[in-house]
Amino acid sequence: MKVALFVPCYIDQFYPQVGIATLQLLEKLGVQAHFPAQQTCCGQPLANSGCERDALPIYKHFVQTFSDYDYVVAPSGSCVYHVRKHFDKLDQTADVQHVRGAAYDLIDFISTVLKVEELPGAFPHKVGLHLSCHGQRGLHQANESEMTPVRDGQLSRLLRSLDGIELTNLNRNDECCGFGGTFCVSEAGISARMGQDRVADHVRNGTQVLTGSDMSCLMHLEGIVRRAKLPIKVMHAAEILNGVMVNA
Amino acid sequence: MNHAIRADKFLLDADRTTWHDETLWFVREKRDRAAYGVPEFQELRELASGIKNHTLSRLDLYLQEFEAAAQANGVHVHWAADAAEHNAIILDIIQKQGATRIVKSKSMLTEECHLNPFLIKHGIEVVDTDLGERIIQFRDEPPSHIVLPAIHLKKEDVGDTFHTHLGTTKGESDPQRLTEAARQHLRAKFLAGQVAISGVNFAIAETGAVVVCTNEGNADLGVNLAKVHIAAMGIEKIIPRLSDLGVFTRLLARSATGQPVTTYTSHFTKPAPGKEMHIVIVDNGRTQQLGRPDFRASLKCIRCGACMNTCPVYRRSGGHSYDFTVPGPIGAILSPNIDMKKHASLPFASTLCGSCTDVCPVKIDIHTQLYKWRQVLGEANEIPASKKWSMKFMGRVLASTRVYGLGGQFARKALRLLPHGLTHAPSMNAWAVARELPEAPKQSFREWYAKQPAPAAQPTQPQISA
Repeated sequence: MKVALFVPCYIDQFYPQVGIATLQLLEKLGVQAHFPAQQTCCGQPLANSGCERDALPIYKHFVQTFSDYDYVVAPSGSCVYHVRKHFDKLDQTADVQHVRGAAYDLIDFISTVLKVEELPGAFPHKVGLHLSCHGQRGLHQANESEMTPVRDGQLSRLLRSLDGIELTNLNRNDECCGFGGTFCVSEAGISARMGQDRVADHVRNGTQVLTGSDMSCLMHLEGIVRRAKLPIKVMHAAEILNGVMVNA
Repeated sequence: MNHAIRADKFLLDADRTTWHDETLWFVREKRDRAAYGVPEFQELRELASGIKNHTLSRLDLYLQEFEAAAQANGVHVHWAADAAEHNAIILDIIQKQGATRIVKSKSMLTEECHLNPFLIKHGIEVVDTDLGERIIQFRDEPPSHIVLPAIHLKKEDVGDTFHTHLGTTKGESDPQRLTEAARQHLRAKFLAGQVAISGVNFAIAETGAVVVCTNEGNADLGVNLAKVHIAAMGIEKIIPRLSDLGVFTRLLARSATGQPVTTYTSHFTKPAPGKEMHIVIVDNGRTQQLGRPDFRASLKCIRCGACMNTCPVYRRSGGHSYDFTVPGPIGAILSPNIDMKKHASLPFASTLCGSCTDVCPVKIDIHTQLYKWRQVLGEANEIPASKKWSMKFMGRVLASTRVYGLGGQFARKALRLLPHGLTHAPSMNAWAVARELPEAPKQSFREWYAKQPAPAAQPTQPQISA
């Protein structure tokens, strides 16, 4: 199994520790992932801004970079969703179709490809799980409140398997955090208010560690947590899972 | 003025924003419970979507079938290409009756056509008889929601409005007393009404009947008391058979307010003896939308408002921030069809979270259409120049490994060295209105990775050839 690690541009630049945790976690799960150095970005920021045409060279670069791998794993469901759903704009060559199908969010890869449902280790904290919309509604990694009252998903199952962990029961389990890519600056007021409301739900219900599998939502929420100087630590799920496996 | 600027005005009153958000979330939760309570709810959505897709695929035939059936029932059928024709037809019917007093039940189509100001200009009194509609009519405001037109107002606001217009006690905000005042006021208007105008929720091709769903019964009362009934409908209201109706009535009220069904589901088939019934069938841009394959499905909408109640942007920006008859996510995909320049910011008033698509009872892919409108607007140069050029620049950077790597190093270094007050000045950095920037690390992931000894940097897997 040839696995490539895709580290989205903003994680590469601002959250290298998340890329490192992803690589190490995969290694502990028996997967030696390779990081092709020529990778850049999936092109989503441009396309979501209405500039899909300008994103096409980025799409092509992405496909060239990853076409020789069986799986392309990224710690960001949003980028994966973009590759799967919106690379339909490229000519559907065998390479393009392969890369679209090979792209996986890290947690999805662990759950559905590696079929790992639980992990050894302890994380004795109250953890608030932020579901990213693209991972949840786009990639179906978790149940949606629009469909069912049952709150279940890949990441919550993995987290629940850790000793001593308590997951926060939120009032609104899957409301969008308001990041939304360039939305966070073009509609900065609404974006900020949505993020503040999401964080308030976690504060109200006792979250100590706020996590998720999409670093873009977490970057936005962390920005709000730090501005308000709240006693909440924001960590990507890969950091938690990789951390507990060190102790395992 | 764009959506973001109007939204910022709404957000200035933080407490009211909280109240608006929580009120609509309450409706969303009622919808959820109603949906969970029907085991076949997802099948119903699929069925409704299929019926609507089928109907739109042969809309011309069903419209003709509907017209023939309605005429056979003794109903006058009129065709209006646009809002101006719609208004002129209705004025003509009213004037032929020598009527001056109109009672109207809820109709988003007549809002869209700006019928009220048109009739008033011609010396005709128009009274909206839906309570929410009457409140905003007093205030001379457009509806802020298609099902809950006065949802932007608190009971204290209604008390002030009724004090001014109905003479209720100043400061009265008891919903029971205010409703009673409206009932007494409207009862007189109903009794005096000469022509009743209603909207149409569903038009049944097979029978030529129109179906109107209300909770207040105001459509029935208006129609049954007046001599003439005018029903205004968009061409997309058609469903093929009476037996299809149950699929939609089971979905409509559950999706809208969480009720199993609206209090009144009124079927108007033929005029009572000595009375007249007219149906005005309106295009007003709908065939143009039907001709856009990517956006055609927006015409499946049954106007339940569920996408508004669930939309985290709508709940915090209010319906008026959309500046279009139909606000919220569905409005954001309908409005550019009408005026692309004016409504260019609406498809961007979304995080593309997809909740709208998931609550839509007829499975319109709303968030996908929002994304596609963005591309249409980008191609048509209807996005801000700053965004357009920065995206072109980003496109160059991100298509090249080398330029991207250097750019990232430079940006992180700048962030570390520049003073916080500069990097976080809200006038220069919209991110910083409420958020700290991430702390810029000394090395990126790729810089770290390049320094790792084997095997991390030298995978056991064969290298790919670039």
